Amino acid sequence: MTSGEPEPDEDTSLEELMAGFRRSGGGATARFGAAQAVIIRDLVGQVAELVGGDTLDEEPPGERPRGDRPGGPEDGRDDGLASADDLAAMIGLTENAELPADPVLARLLPDAYDDPEASGEFRRYTEQGLRSGKVAAARTVLATLPPKGGRVRLSGPEAQAWLRALNDVRLALGVRLEVTDDFDDQVAHLSPTDPRAPYVGVYQWLAYLQETLVRALSR
Amino acid sequence: MSVAPAEVEQSQTSEQAVPDMPWVTIVWNDPVNLMSYVTYVFQKVFGYAKPKAEKLMLDVHHKGKAVVSSGAREAMERDAETLHGYGLWATISHDS
Repeated sequence: MTSGEPEPDEDTSLEELMAGFRRSGGGATARFGAAQAVIIRDLVGQVAELVGGDTLDEEPPGERPRGDRPGGPEDGRDDGLASADDLAAMIGLTENAELPADPVLARLLPDAYDDPEASGEFRRYTEQGLRSGKVAAARTVLATLPPKGGRVRLSGPEAQAWLRALNDVRLALGVRLEVTDDFDDQVAHLSPTDPRAPYVGVYQWLAYLQETLVRALSR
Repeated sequence: MSVAPAEVEQSQTSEQAVPDMPWVTIVWNDPVNLMSYVTYVFQKVFGYAKPKAEKLMLDVHHKGKAVVSSGAREAMERDAETLHGYGLWATISHDS
């Protein structure tokens, strides 16, 4: 685990944009710049596609009752994501009983038992719901964060969704950046030409952002 | 619908024979999850008071893992599923 201490960001001069979330009613509020909104929307969208995407691809055509899904026709119009309604409409069982080969998916959809057989059984009953929950949280972020940034005001449930979606993005980045417990030391010695370098600042900023959201929601 | 494999049924039988050995949900340390977030999740999911949630979080952080709940296998599976939803690395095992 890590403490998510605020990191200075030389690219942002506006204090408000770096303030993160504060409590507002039963939820939280924050202001985002356009660049920040683009980054969050891009990463949250990528995780949702990764988590929800291949489930949709594996769905045999014609087996899904498209006609009686509420809100079906206007789903997935501009972001190419699986909709939560879509996923929730599916039967909550998957054939897939194995730990995903992609290390990011393996972290987001982990094994629940040491024993592969028990793990597979658990996965068959829970993985679909886990995937659709993560996609639903991602869609809440995309629905509440304007593409050009601005003030975001979240209800309690929306703030919960943001918390989980931000965490999923950080878990995904953490795997790709090969984050370990001595990450801060690694970062200090990271070469500017290292392909991971541009994402390190984003990763640290998202940790700070999530920290402010946890504080805003904590009793 | 699929059926539980024979091995699983055997373990359920032995569980009934030894009721004083509950199942446990274990949360494992990882380098990404924020300490404040893990504490928050323990409060939210289990209804633990903040001091207990913080102690469990510190156990995870310093010892590498902590038992966060115990009881019937089905209840532990629900806990693990919920914790996976929050992105925590949780597993289920038989206490011994």
